[in-house]
Amino acid sequence: MIKVDGVSKIYYTRKGPRRVLDNICMEIRRGQKVGILGLNGAGKSTLVRIISGAELPSSGAVHHGMSVSWPLAFSGAFQGSLSGLDNLRFVCRVYNADYEKSLPFVEEFSELGPYLREPVKKYSSGMVARLAFALSIAVDFDCFLIDEIVSVGDSRFHGKCHTELFEKRKDRAMIIVSHNSGYIREHCDCAGVLLAGRLYMFDNVDAGLAFYDAKSA
Amino acid sequence: MPECVNTVNEKTLSWSAPRRQTSLARSLVIQARVIYALMMREVITRYGRDNIGFMWVFVEPMIFTLGVTALWNVYEISKGESGMSVTALAWTGYSTVMLWRNATSRCAKAVEPNLGLLYHKNVRVLDLFFSRVILEILGGTLSTLFVGLILMGAGLIVPPKEPVIMIGGWFLLIWYTFGVGMIVGALSERWEAFERLYHPVMYFYLGISGCFFMVDWLPSSLQRLAELVPTVTVTEMMRHGYAGDAVHTYEQPGYLCVFCLLLTISGLLLARQTQERIGRH
Repeated sequence: MIKVDGVSKIYYTRKGPRRVLDNICMEIRRGQKVGILGLNGAGKSTLVRIISGAELPSSGAVHHGMSVSWPLAFSGAFQGSLSGLDNLRFVCRVYNADYEKSLPFVEEFSELGPYLREPVKKYSSGMVARLAFALSIAVDFDCFLIDEIVSVGDSRFHGKCHTELFEKRKDRAMIIVSHNSGYIREHCDCAGVLLAGRLYMFDNVDAGLAFYDAKSA
Repeated sequence: MPECVNTVNEKTLSWSAPRRQTSLARSLVIQARVIYALMMREVITRYGRDNIGFMWVFVEPMIFTLGVTALWNVYEISKGESGMSVTALAWTGYSTVMLWRNATSRCAKAVEPNLGLLYHKNVRVLDLFFSRVILEILGGTLSTLFVGLILMGAGLIVPPKEPVIMIGGWFLLIWYTFGVGMIVGALSERWEAFERLYHPVMYFYLGISGCFFMVDWLPSSLQRLAELVPTVTVTEMMRHGYAGDAVHTYEQPGYLCVFCLLLTISGLLLARQTQERIGRH
């Protein structure tokens, strides 16, 4: 169980403070798939970063009762001058995962071949996404944070992501952030809509989508 | 929780499952793992896998110390009036400089290029500082040991008379380095200009650090002041430990402990503030 307890987030801009998230409360149970909808700039990614623990809320708290991934496909956590394999080693050490066991999966999933031994800065953005995704899957988390996965990679890559996440790891909890309604409808059991800093939760995904469509039209 | 818009879990709002508190022991294990991962990463980034790799960590300061020892001998920086040879003075003095200078300057601007790593929630600002300081401590300590062995093997210095005092001084230096490292790391993240000012200040400090003199040589008016310089206690202890009663030294280990304690507290507070500042960006 992850509990988001009254989380607010204020960013200080030149035009004064901006409240991006306003008293957000939600819970994610084991195995639950939560979709978060919202327009660009609604605070979706901020919420995901706060849930992952990478960013602190201005007030409120997040309680982790299970292990949570970093935002999937997030590539900023790489060191460009290191090879893909060195980055894998680093991630395995940080999360206490077995490098030797993870290696075959990462090689197979990322399809980077000899490039795994090249510095990450030589990769194309699609290659970085494949590596980032492979690394996050290689470490076994109870809850995956998926931020706009559909915006990177080609359809083949999406297919593989789908197999790994929604078939092989369907018992895990997931928080999926997207502005693609179809993706949320396909994968989630419930939906939340971020609107003007507030989170509106719906047990029924279709009700959430209808609300989102009505508000964003 | 008033005003929570939450239809999913209204029935479970009285959630009271025991919050899984991470025990101190477990936190230490995680932190050790993270620091180790950061150290390995730093070694590979800095030295790569080619040629001697990790060994550069201590070979680099060794070359420095041996070079400086040779130079001091050429210039005969001291005539040996102090009961110690030039070579012994260089070894007991310059080794300490290599440690505090390398370790603290590596902490400057350690945060910004590694911001992405903080996405892994177990990686914290403090770990970035500690991994760098520990790496330099490893390098500096191995280098000092090897240089000592080389010089002893060549018959240029004799084995230390009271090694325990040397080791004590070395540990105080390590503590001092941790404290200063955290402060430099935090302040250089806060103020762009700090790093630019730190390098010249460190250079001036080198002159009074105790590396180039023994307190005994100074006029008595300056001796009181010199004793207040934290690293002077370290170099005095190194030389006391090396030469035993042949030299008269003026170390103040109690004072240095208090000094290091204050550095540590300020360093930890500043590192925490940095962590929060970054998290609230």
